[in-house]
Amino acid sequence: MAEVVAGLADTGAEPQAFEPKVVAFLCKWCSSAGCDLAGVSRLQYPPNAVPIQVMCSGSVSPLYILSAFNKGADGVLVSGCHPGDCHYLKGNYYARRRIYMVHQMLNFIGLEPDRFRMSWVSAAEGVKYAEVIADFVEDLKVLGPQRKLKAKC
Amino acid sequence: MTRRAGVFVCHCGNNIAATVDVKKVAAEMGNDDGVVFSNDYVYMCSDPGQQSIIDAIKDHELDSVVISCCSPNLHEKTFREASGAGGMNPFQCEIANIREQCAWVHKDKEKATEKALKITRSAVRRARNNQPLTPIGLPVTRKALVVGGGIAGIQSALDMANAGIHVTLVEKLPTVGGHMIQLSETFPTLDCSQCILSPKMVEVSKHPNITLMTSSEVQSISGFVGNFKVKVKTKAQYVDPEQCKICDDCSSVCPVVVPNEYDMGLTDRRAISIPFAQAIPASFNLDEDACLGLNPVVCGKCQDVCEAGAIDYDAKPKVTDLEVGAVVVATGFDLLDKEEMAEYGRGRYEDVLDGIQFERMLAASGPTGGHIMRPSDHKEPKNIVFIQCSGSRDPEQYCAYCSKICCMYTAKHATLYKHHVPDGNAYIFYIDIRSGGKGYEEFVQRSMERDGVIYLRGRVSKVYKQKDKLKVMGVDTLSGKNVEIDADMVVLAQAMVPSKGTAEIAKTLKIGRDKDGFLAEAHPKLRPVESVTSGIFLTGAAQGPKDIPETVGQASAAASKAIQLLLKDELAHNPIVAQVRESHCTGCEMCVDACPFEAISLVNGKAHVNEVLCEGCGTCSGTCVRAAIDVKNVKQMQIFDMIGACMG
Repeated sequence: MAEVVAGLADTGAEPQAFEPKVVAFLCKWCSSAGCDLAGVSRLQYPPNAVPIQVMCSGSVSPLYILSAFNKGADGVLVSGCHPGDCHYLKGNYYARRRIYMVHQMLNFIGLEPDRFRMSWVSAAEGVKYAEVIADFVEDLKVLGPQRKLKAKC
Repeated sequence: MTRRAGVFVCHCGNNIAATVDVKKVAAEMGNDDGVVFSNDYVYMCSDPGQQSIIDAIKDHELDSVVISCCSPNLHEKTFREASGAGGMNPFQCEIANIREQCAWVHKDKEKATEKALKITRSAVRRARNNQPLTPIGLPVTRKALVVGGGIAGIQSALDMANAGIHVTLVEKLPTVGGHMIQLSETFPTLDCSQCILSPKMVEVSKHPNITLMTSSEVQSISGFVGNFKVKVKTKAQYVDPEQCKICDDCSSVCPVVVPNEYDMGLTDRRAISIPFAQAIPASFNLDEDACLGLNPVVCGKCQDVCEAGAIDYDAKPKVTDLEVGAVVVATGFDLLDKEEMAEYGRGRYEDVLDGIQFERMLAASGPTGGHIMRPSDHKEPKNIVFIQCSGSRDPEQYCAYCSKICCMYTAKHATLYKHHVPDGNAYIFYIDIRSGGKGYEEFVQRSMERDGVIYLRGRVSKVYKQKDKLKVMGVDTLSGKNVEIDADMVVLAQAMVPSKGTAEIAKTLKIGRDKDGFLAEAHPKLRPVESVTSGIFLTGAAQGPKDIPETVGQASAAASKAIQLLLKDELAHNPIVAQVRESHCTGCEMCVDACPFEAISLVNGKAHVNEVLCEGCGTCSGTCVRAAIDVKNVKQMQIFDMIGACMG
């Protein structure tokens, strides 16, 4: 199997493969801990997503998301505690409402809504975190580079 | 903004270095804007590693430091303390997690190194805009509140009181004791439950450091760790416990008969009654919902016969204000509702009991004086079926979780049944037998081998009545055969669920609940008795199903956590809290509404943060449309810088 994979990598010598850049805003109490657990469990997932730990998904301002797209992100993930499980009682409900609004707005301005995702990953869900990232990166590869909101400089 | 950052990259043996080119990360970061020193070392958390940080801070006059290593949950404290030892403000040290979130989850060294660089650079950008902070000092009220007077609450209250802390123990019912006082014997030693609990109940009532408030509930709580203000509502005390002589004259004339909760409805009581002989406080109580109207014109019989003059129909509920520094929540469990488990005839057939009803029947002080008899015809059951996991481990219909204690108490029930009825047959339907615990497995084995209890591995599909028997339709998965038993009595090991009112108390105290409704601990492994709200601790079955030894252990743990907090002269509150840029604030109050901790108020038309209440979640800053409110050291400008670094 290893040879097969290596063989494929060799044939893909031309730099065709698009590697999406992803910013992942992770709640310190759940998803960042879930991301840690994925590490402790040595689960493998694509290295495209760079995590930024925030205190609560409720602290993620729409400006963060727009700023990430503006700075060249192909996808943005916000991941928080499951509804009802917020460390700060209700921050993730605010996040959910805000994220819905941002979705609507991105849709309105013509950016593929799939470039922006919210997930609920608890501190115990390392496997889920790895899956969320793998799925997201795969979907972004289909969408290709994000140019709509990227700064033209 | 600081100008002299230092970056320290840890190899973590080969944990990081195998996948991330640590030398390259250190070298590239050394060339980064504002970084004047960078280094890599095999174990940064080791003593020499920490010393290298301290030396570098001094030698290179560093004003911010980033350690690229494992998760901040592990060594953030270590490195912040080392930074402090180097003469830097500890809050100007940040951790870049390149192990759990990078090295361990990738194989491609080049890509992992690139990602590690981004993570490190992002932390450097954050750290250079961190402001020096000092923990906020808080005074402490050296008193505690315990909510719930079962074994968990009793043990916590006693531990704290013995440490010299004044405790108010609040119990909803007219007596302390909880479910444990209803039990007959306890596994695996078969100690009499009442005999081991009642001395503790007496101690609670006599302890100079404990104020007992029965028939009372927490109405509201405000304030913060070390300084809570609590309102406790006590039901009207129609019978004065000080004057009641427990002569029983009142209940013998009371015309109102209602089911006795203490005996789980197996017996009746009057509207004026005492829960049981050892009730604490030792007094009769008038059940205002059952009484004919607290009106001497309508009835008034009990008042007429009370020679002590202890009964006052005009008593009013009262509200007591308390000031406490810590709260221990021990609100316990209930069994899954009677209406549930209709397939097992629960609530339909008199001879289908739950575990606690069977305990009452076994108890020498119980309604039958310890004789096992069918409630329907008072005959001794010769065939008895126990059904384990009744509602537990059944995610489709009831509870997904294991109630943990049923395997053991069912083994106990069957053993005691065989002691009472040696010629009877006891059958237990089980899915698995979970008997982890000191002496537990041996107890289960004894019930099979010595007492001849018959264990059948499988579930029961249905229980229905046929003449005077209960037909139990089950399957024995070990022999692969269907089993039909003509039972005289069926005992269901009903799932343990959070006690009624858990949702309300969680809301009142602003503490979270888990997916099953039990109170949520701050960390499942490392902070098992703390709630997410500092100063509020959890114990007993309110936090999850557990048996008596575990409950007692946890109760002492919660008490010791509370004692730890209350014995301090001053508390340190995390200074990572929200701050307002008044020039940008329009006083729209959106942050005031959004704050989960009611930490923000409007002062002179501008948002004002009570730093002591603020937990630093940043929901306010995510909500503010003018970026006028920020959390210190997680400011929006810092996040924007971090995003830039992540894009590389």
